Amino acid sequence: ARMFLRLLSDVRWRAANPKWRRMTCSQRGTSTTAEPQQAPLPAQAQVVICGGGIMGTSVAYHLSKMGWKDIVLLEQGRLAAGTTRFCAGIVSTARHVSIELKMADYSNKLYQQLEEETGIKTGYVRTGSISLAQTQDRLISLKRVASSLNVMGIPCEIITPKQAAQLHPLINIHDLVGAIYVPEDAVVSSANVSLALATAASRNGVQIHERTSVSHVTIQKGRVTGVETDRGQIGCQYFVNCAGQWAYELGHSGEETVNIPVHACEHFYLLTHPLKEPLASNIPTVVDPDGRIYIRNWQGGILSGGFEKNPKPLFTEGRNQLEIHNLQEDWDHFEPLLSSLLRRMPDLEALQIMQLVNCPESFTPDMRCVMGESPTVQGYFVLAGMNSAGISYGGGAGKYLAEWMVNGYPSENVWPLDLKRFGALQSSRTFLRHRVMEVMPLMCDLKVPRWDFQTGRQLRTSPLYDRLDAQGARWMEKHGFERVKYFVPPGKDLLDLEQSKTFYKPDWFDIVGAEVKCCKEAVCVIDMSSFTKFEISSTGDQALEFLQYLFSNDLDVPVGHVVHTGMLNEKGGYENDCSIARLSKRSFFMISPTDQQVHCWAWLKSRLPDDSSVTMEDVTWKYTALNLIGPRAVDVLSELSYAPMTAEHFPSLFCKEMSVGYANGIRVMSITHTGEPGFVLYIPIEYALHVYNEVMNMGQKYGIRNAGYYALRSLRIEKFFAFWGQDLDAFTTPMECGREFQVKLEKGIDFVGQEALLEQKQHGVYKRFTMFILEDHDTDMDLWPWWGEPIFRNGRYVGRTTSSAYSYTLERHVCLGFVHNFDEKTGEELLVTTDFINQGEYEIDIAGQRFQAKAKLYPFSSLFTHRRRKDEVELSGYQQE
Amino acid sequence: FYLTPPQVNSILKANEYSFKVPEFDGKNVSSILGFDSNQLPANAPIEDRRSAATCLQTRGMLLGVFDGHAGCACAQAVSERLFYYIAVSLLPHETLLEIENAVESGRALLPILQWHKHPNDYFSKEASKLYFNSLRTYWQELIDLNTGETTDVKEALINAFKRLDNDISLEAQVGDPNSFLNYLVLRVAFSGATACVAHVDGVDLHVANTGDSRAMLGVQEEDGSWSAVNLSYDHNAQNEHEIERVKMEHPKSEEKNLVKQDRLLGLLMPFRAFGDVKFKWSIELQKRVVETGPDQLNDNEYTKFIPPNYHTPPYLTAEPEVIYHRLRPQDKFLVLATDGLWETMHRQDVARIVGEYLSGVHHQQPIAVGGYKVTLGQMHGLLTERRARISSVFEDQNAATHLIRHAVGNNEFGTVDHERLSKMLSLPEELARMYRDDMTIIVVQFNSHVI
Repeated sequence: ARMFLRLLSDVRWRAANPKWRRMTCSQRGTSTTAEPQQAPLPAQAQVVICGGGIMGTSVAYHLSKMGWKDIVLLEQGRLAAGTTRFCAGIVSTARHVSIELKMADYSNKLYQQLEEETGIKTGYVRTGSISLAQTQDRLISLKRVASSLNVMGIPCEIITPKQAAQLHPLINIHDLVGAIYVPEDAVVSSANVSLALATAASRNGVQIHERTSVSHVTIQKGRVTGVETDRGQIGCQYFVNCAGQWAYELGHSGEETVNIPVHACEHFYLLTHPLKEPLASNIPTVVDPDGRIYIRNWQGGILSGGFEKNPKPLFTEGRNQLEIHNLQEDWDHFEPLLSSLLRRMPDLEALQIMQLVNCPESFTPDMRCVMGESPTVQGYFVLAGMNSAGISYGGGAGKYLAEWMVNGYPSENVWPLDLKRFGALQSSRTFLRHRVMEVMPLMCDLKVPRWDFQTGRQLRTSPLYDRLDAQGARWMEKHGFERVKYFVPPGKDLLDLEQSKTFYKPDWFDIVGAEVKCCKEAVCVIDMSSFTKFEISSTGDQALEFLQYLFSNDLDVPVGHVVHTGMLNEKGGYENDCSIARLSKRSFFMISPTDQQVHCWAWLKSRLPDDSSVTMEDVTWKYTALNLIGPRAVDVLSELSYAPMTAEHFPSLFCKEMSVGYANGIRVMSITHTGEPGFVLYIPIEYALHVYNEVMNMGQKYGIRNAGYYALRSLRIEKFFAFWGQDLDAFTTPMECGREFQVKLEKGIDFVGQEALLEQKQHGVYKRFTMFILEDHDTDMDLWPWWGEPIFRNGRYVGRTTSSAYSYTLERHVCLGFVHNFDEKTGEELLVTTDFINQGEYEIDIAGQRFQAKAKLYPFSSLFTHRRRKDEVELSGYQQE
Repeated sequence: FYLTPPQVNSILKANEYSFKVPEFDGKNVSSILGFDSNQLPANAPIEDRRSAATCLQTRGMLLGVFDGHAGCACAQAVSERLFYYIAVSLLPHETLLEIENAVESGRALLPILQWHKHPNDYFSKEASKLYFNSLRTYWQELIDLNTGETTDVKEALINAFKRLDNDISLEAQVGDPNSFLNYLVLRVAFSGATACVAHVDGVDLHVANTGDSRAMLGVQEEDGSWSAVNLSYDHNAQNEHEIERVKMEHPKSEEKNLVKQDRLLGLLMPFRAFGDVKFKWSIELQKRVVETGPDQLNDNEYTKFIPPNYHTPPYLTAEPEVIYHRLRPQDKFLVLATDGLWETMHRQDVARIVGEYLSGVHHQQPIAVGGYKVTLGQMHGLLTERRARISSVFEDQNAATHLIRHAVGNNEFGTVDHERLSKMLSLPEELARMYRDDMTIIVVQFNSHVI
């Protein structure tokens, strides 16, 4: 059957090639008559979904449930015939990222009742799953997952190896230290789940057409207008790309490119004949991440696959590859996984092999799936790149995407999955090929804090890269941009990559401590060039009006002032958090977090006035940003510029073009992103080296040194600065994180989110951004917090942390997070008041161990070494990483 | 009695050396990724030598193999000295002046070469002063000769070869007050060595060859297969042009005595070589030097023996033939090896073995379960065995070692036969030379991405 499917697919793929289609038009005309008559395509539909796998059918199912009926689903071959057909069908909720966990949990609940709803057998069996730990570090990792599952209300248990053996008699436990048991996890037949979803959708009015392939999407004025298929055109308002492994190419086949960074790798699993004593159908699925394998029951035998260290990427050159590339069983490649399987279950030796299945899966550059609307084409939605967890995520992902299309945004924060987190730069095929080769093995690798990808690096760099590198810089990457973590002093060696992975105190602890100290006592320089920078201007007042409407703070300030402000959505949630300098009456300079480059651009672009009276330019690449932090920054800068830089002459939140050294036209702003005194210099890149050298030379007598982002992070967290993408998201309003002062409800112009904020101002908020200082936490001995740790108030769960850092000043760990107030009986969210926060006893749960924490709603004033004016406090509301 | 595989490996790997050009760091776009080299002795002590160095005052890298005969003294001296002569020949006038001024005023010298040496590759300490003085005389002459023209690599190579051979000859004629050195320079001059040297600078590859060592380029064809391109001509009796050349340089009357039994004057296999003053000096000079020389020299029958039909010396030259090749993306590697390798292996096989080794391609039939009844345990056993087989092929971390393993151990099917390999390596010293020659191999890998 598999062979047949492949042949069939070949035909379709070839048919998708326009050149071939033209040449063989006449033959095709005759051959189609031999096939059973296909229903004609409609000329028009509201939504066209491309792809009949689990993703496409799930989106169709949820859209139709939400009341959208005019939907066409196109599948180039047969429904559920691609990756979906071959995937292992394990529904597992043991996930590290909370949004993924939520998706998996929803999927599980959906699949469970699907058979009843549709009458189609889905093969759903609640087997439970056991994830094994061969090392203590792995067990810590599992315990962190357990903490997450517990507060989500998903039953789970950390169990001993012995208990694992009782749950699954075949497991060899001699090398195990523990395991996590999730009793409600399940297995399904993935193709049948997909068919059931399709059936339900079709009953709700969705038209499904098999053997119809989309050749390209037509786009006019940045909007989807329809699709071209090998069976004719369909006009549509929305297009959903659920093409799985072909999503990348489909994205490139339109008139306007939609970059969808996914790349396929071969994935192997083994099917066996039944055991002599067939396995019980509800025997738990076993995941052995240290052995890189999973094992589930399959018709009385087993199905076992894994994620090898040396994956085989394929289809880098495009889809035609499939014709010449027979996906063969590669036993030699599978050997390490087979060894691992036999080590875990030695009794399987005598089990007879049925087949080794080679089923390509698509992977993304950061191990998270890709969903959402294209930043360049309106109405073009994407759901792809499931990193081999398509069945676990399918239900939830389809639901979120449907909500996104119907309501304008999903019911949860899906920024970690948003297509707009990537730029065009992540779409190079070489980049993707190399990155997925790293990503696939990572599926099984230990997820430790502050982990960096090793492939696809040094893509975007500051002009100072080599200089900083030579001085011992260690790098991390954000949005393709290399940023310094810290500087390793000469003569000091750090552990190698593998050894430095830890959940405990890291080896750079003292290094960062020294950098923090220098920021507080002298002056440090941090290269912050990665930040997204836009210039927005107009000939008249249009730019000001445009910004006043989109931003919550009042931007009608005197020229030369800098304003910190949120860019909010209708619900008052943060779409972006940025600082805007008024360069002249009619032009503004906007600085946003690094990963806002695509999202913020798309947000502003789609709201620009039609008459092109406002111009917007992305000038990120034009400027190098140097941040001078510390009490002596003012001395360094005034010596270099022969200009007085004291607060009287250069108040904080001020922006001025001036000369630094020989270089003229340096945009200096008195902001630091950390709350320490200092400046950010925006330097046209050709002057970057000169200004850096001048600053370093002049700074010598003031004790200047380089610092990195880890020092910055420690400083900003101990100052209680929230940062967008980590602490702030589209579901957080300024009112909920103590930033009322950045909202000018009375500025005289209506702005986006105003009503929602007004409502919150009058009635209060349902969550509150809070700072926690860990009390009984031993920095040397205890597990370090990371983010996502549950927060308990008087023993009851109230929320999760969003970031954490060691404060070298307080000599304590600081966690930031949101506190909710769930009704004890109904679980309903109640108002969170200052008293509610202040009158609780708090604990933070790190991998199952609870630490006492003191909650604060305002930063420690004593931490500020300088007396601050009122407007300087405003500074404290702002931070970016 | 057979050597065990670990014993075989320890013999094969004793002299292996690898050098990786420091990782691409954004600045250094070397066309060379690195090289592997190795030697397998048949003579005791081995008479082959090898050298590799990076030019520090000009660009490029030098690699060479040297096959000594009548002792190893000449090969040793050439391996130490030739690259300095080449480097100096390539230096621009200003740098030469700078170096001379530094020597003159006793300042530290600019380093000229960075050597990449195996611990067994030694330099003679005693002679370094003598060698240095000769080299200095050479660059002083170059300074005086300043033509103002930029140095052509081909010319520089030829000049360096000829000059070094000339210096070797002169040093032996002049002698040295130190008796050890006096004997050394005579041994150098009376023994001989061939040289095959590659200079790689970006896409420009020059090979200078004197004698019967050989340079060969490994080329990957579009279909993935490997082919060999010769980058040197052997200077021996198999090369008609060489026979022609030798005949041209001597009177017609000597014609039939010049090459006998495929040897020069019936004695010497290579038709070009360093040293070998017995084929270069006049009879009078030879007699004078031997008579005034130390007793050890006088007692040596070989040195006293004058070649027959010796009328119009010199019969031998160290002047190299230089071949230029512009590297192409399909040029994946360069093999420099002494005749010990080429006697046992066809260049086409060398290209294939090294090519497949470097590209990691190993053709093994894939396994398919098909309709057979196979258990997990059986499959596991089969796979483990297959993996062991592959890893034995790939136990070499060094392409040169891998090539030697094949050259010595190949059976008639072109695969390594451990028994044969073990037999060949356990031959007693006195027999080894009958079955195989010294073998020295350098495999240079190119970076096709920057070519």
